[in-house]
Amino acid sequence: MTKMLVLEARLYLRDWPTLLFTIGLPLGLLLVLGLSIPVMTQAGESGERMVDAQLPTMMTLLALLTLSCNIVPAVLTTYRERGVLRRMSTTPVHPARLLGVQLLINLVVGVVSATLLIVAAAVVFGAPLPGRPVVFVLVFLLGTAALLAIGLVIAALAPNGKTAPGIGAVVMFPLMFLGGMWVPRDIMPDAVRAVSDFSVAGPFAQALKDAWAGQSPELGHLAVVAAGLVIFGGLAVRLFRWE
Amino acid sequence: MKIIEVRNLRKQYPNHVAVEDVSFEVAEGEIFGILGPNGAGKTTTVECVAGLRVPDGGTVQVAGLDPRRDRAGLRRVLGMQLQTAELPEKITVSEAMDLYASFYPNPADWSELIERVGLSGKRDTMFKKLSGGQRQRLSVALALVGRPRVAVLDELTTGLDPQARRDTWELVEQVRASGVTIVLVTHFMEEAERLCDRLALIDVGKVAAIDTPSGLTAQVGDEQRVTFRPSAPVDDAVLLALPEVRDVTRSGDQVVVTGSGNLAPTVTLALARQQIVPGDLRIERATLDDAFLALTGRKLS
Repeated sequence: MTKMLVLEARLYLRDWPTLLFTIGLPLGLLLVLGLSIPVMTQAGESGERMVDAQLPTMMTLLALLTLSCNIVPAVLTTYRERGVLRRMSTTPVHPARLLGVQLLINLVVGVVSATLLIVAAAVVFGAPLPGRPVVFVLVFLLGTAALLAIGLVIAALAPNGKTAPGIGAVVMFPLMFLGGMWVPRDIMPDAVRAVSDFSVAGPFAQALKDAWAGQSPELGHLAVVAAGLVIFGGLAVRLFRWE
Repeated sequence: MKIIEVRNLRKQYPNHVAVEDVSFEVAEGEIFGILGPNGAGKTTTVECVAGLRVPDGGTVQVAGLDPRRDRAGLRRVLGMQLQTAELPEKITVSEAMDLYASFYPNPADWSELIERVGLSGKRDTMFKKLSGGQRQRLSVALALVGRPRVAVLDELTTGLDPQARRDTWELVEQVRASGVTIVLVTHFMEEAERLCDRLALIDVGKVAAIDTPSGLTAQVGDEQRVTFRPSAPVDDAVLLALPEVRDVTRSGDQVVVTGSGNLAPTVTLALARQQIVPGDLRIERATLDDAFLALTGRKLS
């Protein structure tokens, strides 16, 4: 198990350009947007600046959505297409373990990306660290698990490694929008926010931002994210094909 | 002692019956071939043996294990090289061997295995940089790394150039010499003839015959053809007088003699007595292709 984890991590790093999208892009956007757009660093009505919680939360969401909707489906469908999973099923080790290792590695990349965003926001913009750290970590893990489950469903449905990123993009961009990437949830029209409330990405981003700002996330938001994890996790288990 | 026993195997897919009724036994230490045209059900049969598919009927036993009930046990005694299974592009040969060795309780020394399959110079080469033949040899090494008692090799040499194919055949013979029983799936007659101790001819999901390669060709009959260009005119009667000769025909200056038994030596000896030298001498006897045709009414390829 350790050997597989170390090896898969090494293979992941050999494809280092993916790290540009999962770590480099969110971090770069945080710095570029925060430093170049004046409104990002101006206090709003509540006295809170965009760079304090909104922008880093959105960049965290960007990193996690890229991992789950793009990287995970691409890797797993390629493994299936090339017969890597099937070859493993001829050995005493079930290919589910390879899948578990991939999810773990992507979770770690997500954690690294989020940590860098927190540190960069604090160091460069003087943003506060997450006000409810324990809640923040729990929300982060729950939401990341739910998004990875969506990624597994994409991997289950995509016919091959070439179509997986396309299907992933079709899922990813609406989720980014509903998560509040372009229009923050506070200023979304009511109808759009109502849809956002059930989009997994929307309540996840909101709960994460609340915990960052030192508030308690709404239970309803956490329930939607948890339900997403159960539903998409269950779908992934039922739909996933090893060959 | 038999190590594999398959009885009345049946496997149906939604739209067609892949395997209708297949039975065979494989003795420990032999190279057992499964020969048949594409789509005959060869791969489905061995996938059931390897526990990758669940049969709809019949029984399978490998080293006394039922693939359905004891998957884990089966995977420790049976190694399989799949027809089309690749590895991640950027994994190196030694990384793949090391990883697969870690899957087994008592693995082989993988660096020795790499040497045996002739890949010791490619240890640090990534999978995507290996040639077709090198990939197949790595595939064989991965199938052997768990020290299996049985190795199933599915279409091992398909897509390889003639030299790589010969190298791979040699490897298979070496593996058998090390005591591993081999089940070889192929649609190449030449491969089956060269490697297999016994083989099953499979057609449309059924076993047409099981025998040694020479036993199978003998079933077609013992008929042979000897063709040559005589250095001087030869009288048909001289040849027809030989008990082994059944018929003599001519096309141009070429003589075609058909018959049986010790045909070629008898004919050349008779010619020698007339001081005639047979130029362009060729001997043709029945092949597995002919056997397959005679048994099923279909050509192998």
